[in-house]
Amino acid sequence: MMKPLLEVEDLRVRFHLRTGIVEAVRGVSFQLGRERLGIVGESGSGKSQTGRAILGLTPPPGEVTAKRLAFDGIDLLTASRRTLRTLRGGRVSMVMQDPKYSLNPVMTIGEQIIEAYQAHAKASRAEARDKALAMLEAVKMRDPGRVFSLYPHEVSGGMGQRAMIAMMLVTDPDLLIADEPTSALDVTVSMEVLRILDELVAERGMGLIFISHDLKLVSSFCDRVLVMYAGRVVEELEARNLREAKHPYTQGLMRCLPTLADDIRPLPTLNRDPSWAL
Amino acid sequence: MLDIQNLKVVFGTGRLRVEAVKNVGFTVKQGEAYGLVGESGSGKSTVLRAVCGLAPITGGRVLVDGKEVTTPRSKDFYRTVQMVFQDPYASLHPRHTVDRTLSEPLAIHGEKDAEARILQALKEVGLGPSFRFRYPHQLSGGQRQRIAIARALILRPKVLLLDEPTSALDASVQAEILNLLDDLRRRMGLTYILVSHDLAVVAHLCERLLVMRHGEAVEETAADALRSGKAMSEYTQSLIQASQGFTRNPSQPTYAKVG
Repeated sequence: MMKPLLEVEDLRVRFHLRTGIVEAVRGVSFQLGRERLGIVGESGSGKSQTGRAILGLTPPPGEVTAKRLAFDGIDLLTASRRTLRTLRGGRVSMVMQDPKYSLNPVMTIGEQIIEAYQAHAKASRAEARDKALAMLEAVKMRDPGRVFSLYPHEVSGGMGQRAMIAMMLVTDPDLLIADEPTSALDVTVSMEVLRILDELVAERGMGLIFISHDLKLVSSFCDRVLVMYAGRVVEELEARNLREAKHPYTQGLMRCLPTLADDIRPLPTLNRDPSWAL
Repeated sequence: MLDIQNLKVVFGTGRLRVEAVKNVGFTVKQGEAYGLVGESGSGKSTVLRAVCGLAPITGGRVLVDGKEVTTPRSKDFYRTVQMVFQDPYASLHPRHTVDRTLSEPLAIHGEKDAEARILQALKEVGLGPSFRFRYPHQLSGGQRQRIAIARALILRPKVLLLDEPTSALDASVQAEILNLLDDLRRRMGLTYILVSHDLAVVAHLCERLLVMRHGEAVEETAADALRSGKAMSEYTQSLIQASQGFTRNPSQPTYAKVG
């Protein structure tokens, strides 16, 4: 076994609010190699905060503590801001949920990709431009040259998300964190975006953390799945063994979805056991 | 109950003219649940909005209970037809209590006995009287959607227009709301039109459905046919496949596992 790419041990994210302390993430531990890891949970389960804490993007007044939080041997908690800056967007990058809000509205897509590339690689503008165009082609844009000079509001959601992926992968990161990358997209479009993401991740041998609320989607896309509930990992399983999930929360999550295959009514609902949150 | 004939909805003029809905027609019988499915931009929500007067009817006719609707819609229309919107976070007034939200339709229609009606409405959607004086921010997403449903039902309408009623909710909460809608329909003999991008949700709640694309009707089919995979256009098939989750194309290079 190789040295893991990412080590997370007892990660905690706390928010000190007027009304008291809210612990969004309570002791999450996992290790990640060059594989696809899914993190699943409902809203408020702490899955996004886990992803953000790894990148040091916890919004103030949040406070992150961990026994160990290391990327490729570099301790992310004690690293200088400078080191973090070179890592973020360079070796670790993140695809956010909605391209409408995560792309810069007053810069063309091409400019944004060039900016991302030049922030981390010593390259001339011409080189960066070539790289950006190649990247746009890699995410299957029909006319990379045209998309290059478009502004984010001029492209569709699916194209925007592909542009976002292009921007995040242009620096050849070792780890990609995708936080609900397809939730804002239509089903058919999201399958297309996932297929592109899947190909690129496989081609480049990256590690991937895929954060989503959709258990079915995550299990069909990832190798391993962490199920989170109330800030904790309640179950870790191999994606293909999802049917053998043991925790009642995971089982409940799977059962409560209506399916085309059979017609159960009323749908089984989730009885939240307070002990799951302990 | 509801008859839509060659409905056409056009927004803008000249260069900005968009035909959002092109000649869509269907009928829904009393007590039936009818689904509209499609991707974003397919015009499915616009059909719903045209029925209740939030979008213009450019061509065609909309008949409710055998009578053509008037523009603007009459008070009577809103006693018959009510709508539940997608996002319960956006569709409830943030500074109105549940009590005020529910009493407004009663006041507009000059209904008496508001207090009893409000308590009754809360009971119908499975919430207790303790919720009556709460603000939306004191409620969870599922509870808010229950309030939105209670608001729509308080005038005792016959038709409920549901625009993606569960897509902003978590999976487990979605199941609760779907069960509630199913149950209410049976108990009150309601007629539903449900708009959703999720085929499984539509098949669960509706008997018949219309698949739409680019403002046009692709095909009308029954939920049973959808389940058994019979008689379907290519587009519907692709929607079904996409809803089954991600599949890796076997012809692609296999993923090299390290670590």
